[in-house]
Amino acid sequence: MPRTEPATPGRGPGPHPERDIERVFREEYGRAVAVLVRIFGDIDVAEEAVQEAFTTALERWPAAGAPPSPAGWIITTARNRAIDRLRRESAREDRHAQAAVLHAASAGREPAEEGPVRDDRLRLIFTCCHPSLATAAQVALTLRLLGGLSTAEIARAFLVPEPTMAQRLARAKNKIRDAGIPYRIPPEAELADRLRSVLAVVYLIFNEGYSASSGDRFSRPELSQEAIRLGRLLAALMPDEPEALGLLALMLLTDSRRVARTGPDGALIPLAEQDRQRWDRDLIAEGQGLVRACLRRNQPGPYQLQAAINAVHGDAPDTATTSWPQIVRLYDQLLAQQPTPVVALHRAVAVAEVDGPGAALRLVDDLDLGRYHVFHVVRADLLRRLGRRDEADEAYQAAMAGTQNAAERAFLERRRRSLQAPRQGI
Amino acid sequence: MKQYLLSMYQPQGDPPPPEVLGPIMEKLGVIRQELIDEGAWVFGDGLCPPETATVLRAKDDDVLVTDGPFVEGKEYLGGFMIIKAPDLDVALAWGRRYAETTGLPMEVRPFQTDASD
Repeated sequence: MPRTEPATPGRGPGPHPERDIERVFREEYGRAVAVLVRIFGDIDVAEEAVQEAFTTALERWPAAGAPPSPAGWIITTARNRAIDRLRRESAREDRHAQAAVLHAASAGREPAEEGPVRDDRLRLIFTCCHPSLATAAQVALTLRLLGGLSTAEIARAFLVPEPTMAQRLARAKNKIRDAGIPYRIPPEAELADRLRSVLAVVYLIFNEGYSASSGDRFSRPELSQEAIRLGRLLAALMPDEPEALGLLALMLLTDSRRVARTGPDGALIPLAEQDRQRWDRDLIAEGQGLVRACLRRNQPGPYQLQAAINAVHGDAPDTATTSWPQIVRLYDQLLAQQPTPVVALHRAVAVAEVDGPGAALRLVDDLDLGRYHVFHVVRADLLRRLGRRDEADEAYQAAMAGTQNAAERAFLERRRRSLQAPRQGI
Repeated sequence: MKQYLLSMYQPQGDPPPPEVLGPIMEKLGVIRQELIDEGAWVFGDGLCPPETATVLRAKDDDVLVTDGPFVEGKEYLGGFMIIKAPDLDVALAWGRRYAETTGLPMEVRPFQTDASD
């Protein structure tokens, strides 16, 4: 029987049992699902059981109070309910249920697993981000199973109809089952490769939240918060992977500027014009601490380098006093590891501050990025600073054509209009 | 054990000359022997070229016989292996060796039914 606290007189239920359950759900859903997936070897069985356990909690906790270990209660309740249900179903010759019962019996014989490296959530995230799944499916599964987001929430976050998202999740789960994608932390030889795809999924979730590719709002903070939560989990579970720490640092440092980067009208404010008093100093301190810890290891990877670049911004009171030569040097290292035109484009932005917009424009014009709207944003800004108004105007138009995001378009339109204003000073 | 189909896709056109093909076939033989030694081999072979294929289509009460292949394309199924593996990662590891050896794209696809042993 699942353990419940008796409703003793004089010790009434907590003031907000529903909120308690909500909090336990946010914090423990992923772990509960991961443990049950290990026990039953089946995602659907695990999800259904955990949801049933939370439903039971909603019925009982308000009257009886939350148990001393709510997460343990959820997992135990979910396991017991699932075993009861599967036994009934396997008695009716349900092959699927029989397999899950067998799996549970053999999982019970395995030695108890302890320690962060064997955390069930880590196995599950490697399953969700398996390279044989499409990126969109990796993202959806990770948010669903580890983040506990509902199908409707994920659909809203990625602006797709709910049935489309439901189908995407169902297909991915079927593939995991039918193709036999294992619930396992990859062996050492494959770990670096596989970790890269896990980190990429988390960063993609963060970026979709930070600069939404479409819609009215520039950012969807819920998604970024979820990505940071996943980043913290990975950093805690894999403390010896500097890139996991680097990704967390990068997300924290980027997120520290969230409130400063949109004006009261919702329009985007570029880095140079942001009110740095509004940057979140706690996030910056945490991110910079992680960057320093990474630097001591001296195994710089792309996330660590990007985090280090953002850490430099966090130190400076304004753009004029930013150590741009240091940023260019970090971009040089990043470009050596990731020789892509997008990295070269961002490096050119820093070069503009060291060698002037003319030097940067020469670098930018060599890049074959005409289909990437940020390329036009950068070009437009450099041309504007060089006083080449007509070309800047064209570049702003190209930039606006390339983004569906209303806040960003508003910003670009304003910049474009400012080109027509009479120039001040020289 | 699960069972997987490893399909090898070949480009249209002449096969590589013997001095190139020889060493590749030798390496494929080594992989096959390893699969057999590990009890993972079920069946596999190279196929004759697509122009040797014949297609049958049920139509009303009749079955139409035509010159194949079923799908015309720049690439065709050149051969396949059926292997037993505990999970997709193990099957992909074998598939990867075939891809590295032949330089050809490989498709790894699970069967609906597990192997009996």
